[in-house]
Amino acid sequence: MTDTALKITGYSLVSPLGVGIKDTLNALQSSQSGLRRFDYTDAKLDTWIGRVDNIEDQCLSDDLKHFDCRNNRLAQMGLTADKFANQVKQLKLRYGPERIGVFMGTSTSGIRQTELAYKDQDPATHKLPESFLYQYTHNVFSVADFTRQFLGLQGPAISISTACSSSAKVFASASRYIRAGLCDAAIVGGVDSLCLTTLFGFKSLDVVSNDLCRPWDTNRRGINIGEAAGYALLEKYEQSDSNIAVFGYGESSDAYHMSTPHPQGLGASLAMNRALACANMEASQIDYVNLHGTATLANDSAEDQAVTNVVGKNTLCSSTKGWTGHTLGAAGITEAIIACLSIENNFVPASLNTQQLDPTLCANIPLQNQEMKVDFVISNSFGFGGNNCSLIIGRC
Amino acid sequence: MLTLFVEAISVNAPGLDGWQNTKSILSGDSKYEDIAMPKYVPKFLPANERRRTTAVIKLALQVADAAMQETDIPANNTCSVFATSEGDTHIVDTICVALLSEEPMVSPTNFHNSVHNAPAGYWAMAMESRQASTSLSGFSSTYSQGLLEAATMVCTENLNTLLVAYDSPPPEPLLGSAPMKTAFGTAQLLCPAQRTTSFARLDISLVKDKTSDSMNDHDLETMRLGNPAARSLPLLQAIANHTERTVILPYLDTLQLSVKYSPC
Repeated sequence: MTDTALKITGYSLVSPLGVGIKDTLNALQSSQSGLRRFDYTDAKLDTWIGRVDNIEDQCLSDDLKHFDCRNNRLAQMGLTADKFANQVKQLKLRYGPERIGVFMGTSTSGIRQTELAYKDQDPATHKLPESFLYQYTHNVFSVADFTRQFLGLQGPAISISTACSSSAKVFASASRYIRAGLCDAAIVGGVDSLCLTTLFGFKSLDVVSNDLCRPWDTNRRGINIGEAAGYALLEKYEQSDSNIAVFGYGESSDAYHMSTPHPQGLGASLAMNRALACANMEASQIDYVNLHGTATLANDSAEDQAVTNVVGKNTLCSSTKGWTGHTLGAAGITEAIIACLSIENNFVPASLNTQQLDPTLCANIPLQNQEMKVDFVISNSFGFGGNNCSLIIGRC
Repeated sequence: MLTLFVEAISVNAPGLDGWQNTKSILSGDSKYEDIAMPKYVPKFLPANERRRTTAVIKLALQVADAAMQETDIPANNTCSVFATSEGDTHIVDTICVALLSEEPMVSPTNFHNSVHNAPAGYWAMAMESRQASTSLSGFSSTYSQGLLEAATMVCTENLNTLLVAYDSPPPEPLLGSAPMKTAFGTAQLLCPAQRTTSFARLDISLVKDKTSDSMNDHDLETMRLGNPAARSLPLLQAIANHTERTVILPYLDTLQLSVKYSPC
């Protein structure tokens, strides 16, 4: 066992698939997508989205009211789903609140709050409303600060924002902090929520699909944007009897383009190979690759070359974005948890919505869920700025 | 305790033009004067990429480049941590205004520049570095957050890591929401082992209930409080003075970052 490995001793997920692990697993096993037509009343866009229901009804407690925004409401849903906060209470008794670190990933944090503040600005002075509390809502650190205070933790805390790899990289960061002795256990997570900035921003790049997201399909037209909050508890390998762990991570940069991946997926291959080296594993041990698989023409093509270079053309690979949409900064944690579910429930999720596989792509993509024993999964997350992170999650 | 070695430093802010100039001001050899920052052009970027960069991105690239100019360690084999509380608030402002219209048109360049790791992306491209890179925010503790993250990369992965901390005042109307008085950027190249060219050893740990250090000089203290990246000033001053000292930097409520500086 390498010293980078950490046991995953609990997790929670709120995504378009529902609130909590039970809903998530039901949707995955019954091939029910969480995507719906764009349903905003105040904006028009021809696309599908992965919206989480009832975020609007969440109330933050009085002492955390200043954090109130869509992103932190979603974070609170993640913290209360699957009795996650109760699990953290047990962890606090074991390690002490000052020895548990918080590692959060987000791409746009509570930017929706700023969008709303601009709508409500004073027409004469352009002043934003007094009620707008930027530091506690929009600032990228807000979600780590909120999570730490909600859970009553006193250890280190960090908010990583590397676009769509953000909440995969938190696993790497947590592993380093624990090895450096800065904490004994970690809460890792990712929260990103729907906002017009990403919806119209990705539209400007012509990568928002007016159809369902269809990874690896001949007719793929791009992404559907989703939102999610996911959390996991990480403890030292020898200190837990959990049967699931993150065995390794690999981080890399494309050094190619701000919003287009390296055409041969060099950065992506490097991330996967570094994750294998970190876990001291061979590619032949991998049973399943949860692809980044955004369903844009360029991304899937680059990742296809990268993944087949690393694991070959036989290992099962699928993107689960047909279920959840692209949850951006929360994609890493969402898909790490799907990897856990795949291992614990012995199945490989299909590439949902994919109808006709692109004949120019070579990875082995299942169009139906596959019942099989899954021991080791690579989960890929690649972001703008060419920022890549691959995780290896496996059975102990 | 995390131990690492400083190979290069850069600083750019109004009146602080490069490390040599900053060192002389921080050590008291010359007086601080508030002088506007000279215009900077990231010549190492291809012209088409250079055109897409904003003033905030240029500030990050300027200090990153200046630090790497001081060393023979190749940039393409160096990890990076980009620490900024706000990122580019001018882009946020432009996008939020665009979103007010009935049929919003967001500029694709503005959108890809809006990600928190945009400067890191330009830097990796220009340096052809495929090493790990992390971008983060810690509001007023952003500098400590960046230093701690970089220190864990150096000490657990045994990799040279460039820490780049920068922030720039937001435009109206966001200025009231994210109070910031001045632009400030600083970079440090941090290494796991001492080299003949190392000039500082840092021993870093988290400590409880300590008061963080401030600057005696009024202008420099205003600068320290006026920009998250400028919270680095007490540490930079310790290094400029070339005398062993433990500096306390603000981190999170009851936790602070203790950084013991020893000259090499």
